[in-house]
Amino acid sequence: MGEKFAIEMLGITKVFPGVVANDDITLRVRENEVHALLGENGAGKSTLMSILFGLYDADSGRILIRGEEARIRDPNDANDRGIGMVHQHFKLVRNYTVAENVILGVEPRTRLGNIDLRSAESRVAALSELYGLSVDPRARIDAITVGMQQRVEILKTLYRDADILIFDEPTAVLTPQEVDELMAIIKRLRDEGKTIVLITHKLREIKAVADRCTVLRRGKFVGTVDVAEASEESMAEMMVGRAVKFRVDKREARPGEVVLKIEGLSVKGAKGNEAVRGLDLEVRSGEIMGVAGVDGNGQAELIEAITGLRRPSAGRILLSGKDITENNIAERVHEGVGHVPEDRHKHGLVLKFRLDENLALKTFGAPPYSGPLGLLDSKAIAAHAEGLIAQYDIRAGQGPATKCLSMSGGNQQKAIIAREIDLSPRLLVVAQPTRGLDVGSIEYIHTRIVAERDRGCAVLLVSFELDEIIALCDRIAAISKGEIVGVVDAKDASEREIGAMMAGLRRAAVPGRAS
Amino acid sequence: MASEKRGFVDALVASNGAMSVLVVVLGFLVGTILVFSVGRDPANMYRAIIQVVSGWDLIRGTWNARYIGEWLVASVPLTLCGLSMAFAARAGLFNIGAEGQYIVGLTVAQFAAFVLPPIPVLHWGAAVVLGLLAAAAWGGIVGYLKARYSVSEVVATIMMNYIALYASRYATSFIPGTNTYKTPSYPVTAQLSNSWLESITNGSRLNYGFFMALAAVLLFWFVMEKTKLGFAMRATGFNKDAARCSGINVERSLTLSMAISGAFAGLAGVIVALGSFSYGRVLAGLDNYGFNGIAVALVGNSTALGTLLAGLLFGMLQSAQPLMQSRQIPKEVTYIISGLVVVFISLRAGIGLVIEARAKAAVRKGAMRNE
Repeated sequence: MGEKFAIEMLGITKVFPGVVANDDITLRVRENEVHALLGENGAGKSTLMSILFGLYDADSGRILIRGEEARIRDPNDANDRGIGMVHQHFKLVRNYTVAENVILGVEPRTRLGNIDLRSAESRVAALSELYGLSVDPRARIDAITVGMQQRVEILKTLYRDADILIFDEPTAVLTPQEVDELMAIIKRLRDEGKTIVLITHKLREIKAVADRCTVLRRGKFVGTVDVAEASEESMAEMMVGRAVKFRVDKREARPGEVVLKIEGLSVKGAKGNEAVRGLDLEVRSGEIMGVAGVDGNGQAELIEAITGLRRPSAGRILLSGKDITENNIAERVHEGVGHVPEDRHKHGLVLKFRLDENLALKTFGAPPYSGPLGLLDSKAIAAHAEGLIAQYDIRAGQGPATKCLSMSGGNQQKAIIAREIDLSPRLLVVAQPTRGLDVGSIEYIHTRIVAERDRGCAVLLVSFELDEIIALCDRIAAISKGEIVGVVDAKDASEREIGAMMAGLRRAAVPGRAS
Repeated sequence: MASEKRGFVDALVASNGAMSVLVVVLGFLVGTILVFSVGRDPANMYRAIIQVVSGWDLIRGTWNARYIGEWLVASVPLTLCGLSMAFAARAGLFNIGAEGQYIVGLTVAQFAAFVLPPIPVLHWGAAVVLGLLAAAAWGGIVGYLKARYSVSEVVATIMMNYIALYASRYATSFIPGTNTYKTPSYPVTAQLSNSWLESITNGSRLNYGFFMALAAVLLFWFVMEKTKLGFAMRATGFNKDAARCSGINVERSLTLSMAISGAFAGLAGVIVALGSFSYGRVLAGLDNYGFNGIAVALVGNSTALGTLLAGLLFGMLQSAQPLMQSRQIPKEVTYIISGLVVVFISLRAGIGLVIEARAKAAVRKGAMRNE
């Protein structure tokens, strides 16, 4: 028993009304290791870490920090014990500089009592240097990238002398390059003597940086494994409770006629910038076309233009040869444009509506859901929902009457997919369909999308996760600065090649043709 | 036992209706303590209230149905203005303009009373329709500005309230024979009075407007819950972006909901103009039904039935004032009670939290015992 533990959480139980979020969970994190905490959404990872960080009080169980019994009442207690948390949603003041954000709450004072920004800046710069963060202490938060903002969050914990750092789903918001950089930073932090807890459900990241991994499932402790000795498959199985397929089973695509044809499309973004610039793209029936790109390169505006949420400034959008550029959203839905939006809470669902109302959100205005006088037929709406719930295995406690607010993310997404596919669209525009979902739901949703393709639907998939694009798509279009840089066949595309195109480098650039 | 308790508490937190009742009870409790603490007998306050809603004078042992009639008369515009606020709220809008829409309805009805030919029934019928349409337009303008140009409906309606008030004063002064505060009497055919309602309530001012208000409550419920128009509005109110994304015409929902909202308030104006008065008024100030409607909708959780009940409650407090005063209860206590009810309603989230925390503690104990 010569092992030294930085954190020991023993027999932790936490009950919320109706749910046992943590059921007798034991977590032992050795000093100076990267310890991954793996589990599906709702497995109890965040609850456990919130208890450690003093945001919740455990109902039973003990916490030992460096072998010492600890009672952590609030985040300040946690800070005092050298525990820092890098939250998934950054808590930064956007119009402050990096250094100002870092010192917020623990401002160093000069002898005269005013804030000693200069010493703060030099200390932030030194920390940034030591851990290879390359953050400019004087940059304003709103002027730096999301990846950099995350490093500011890391700096905040380091500035407070944390030596146990908790990362809550840190890669959810990052581009592939930024993920790689973050992994390097985490290793560097460990090499400099820090202990890291990494909350995640991404196995690749665990394989990349973690030393050991504790798996939770439905609030219960499943086991702790040495990452070097465990395979991704075995960890996934521990997490889900059954064998998991990593590849999407799909037949060779049989592309048919062109369904979506975009010609010279230009769209202005919310800030009046030219977000999409003279973009051309074709999607055929029976194929999945992936749009790969770093967030913010015009993908959102492209989708908005196709679905009718935003008017293009130039160009045409043709659906099976018919110009729909001037059609409104309802007309496009009628013409067969399905849309699984990126933000399912903002654009996909009316969370306070019942499930059956949400499933009828696009169809309630026509028979059989409403009659000639504009009266709703709530029985037909509920019956329709019953059908979809069974067909798509949507888990909803009270059936059609369940409020969508109370459903899990995976089931919410299933509901959206069910609603869209149920309309048998000609074109299905899918944005980030599996973000934040657990492995089981991801598998299911991928299967459904492929099934739609095989039915003859043209699918346009926009995702920031290159893995997903490569696994799912038949052709891949890389987008950069609002233009399609190149279209490649998914069979003979390498991640590296697509990554280069995402950065704006044309494939086999022909001299004189480059724009 | 713990589970039973949780069931009850959960039901209370989950049910807005139960919470509203709790809040009203709390308001009265504090009101009672206040009356007691200024050295008056709270029983007199309740006697006044009982007299208003039942007609029974418990001190003298007499019964007079007129009190009931006057209670309902006071409740009608409050309920309608509550419906106005509630309808907009369900579509996600904060309609502070019920006051202005009420004035527009009232003013147009007054004009109609003098201008239209005095044909029985048709005279007041046409006046009601015109008042409704004008108020709907008045509200609809704001909805359109909101939908088309993202003009804040709060600012727009506040401004429109003042425009309505002063335009009403100016316009009414053109009715022949009008002095600084009133017009001549209406033709009888313009009045909403109903002899049957008057006779059963011992000569109160209760009029056709009462039936119109009941119809409005039903219509509110029906449109909101049973029609595709209501579906689109509710979807817009809960999540404008998702509604738009699904092809719902959000602009239309917003404009229409404000227009319908305006019509409810306008109806209140018409009923007060032609039902409670026999002459037109040059408004010296606001009647405040519109603003009280905000509180009514709040207590009524923006549902049809809830708003009706809240309207009756506020009407009861209002019409109990003179009786209270005659029994040495300061009438201001009714304002305090309505104010407290609104404050407590706003604290609903807080009360919910406290109850939830207690429920949690109970569950936790149960879980530990099981271990």
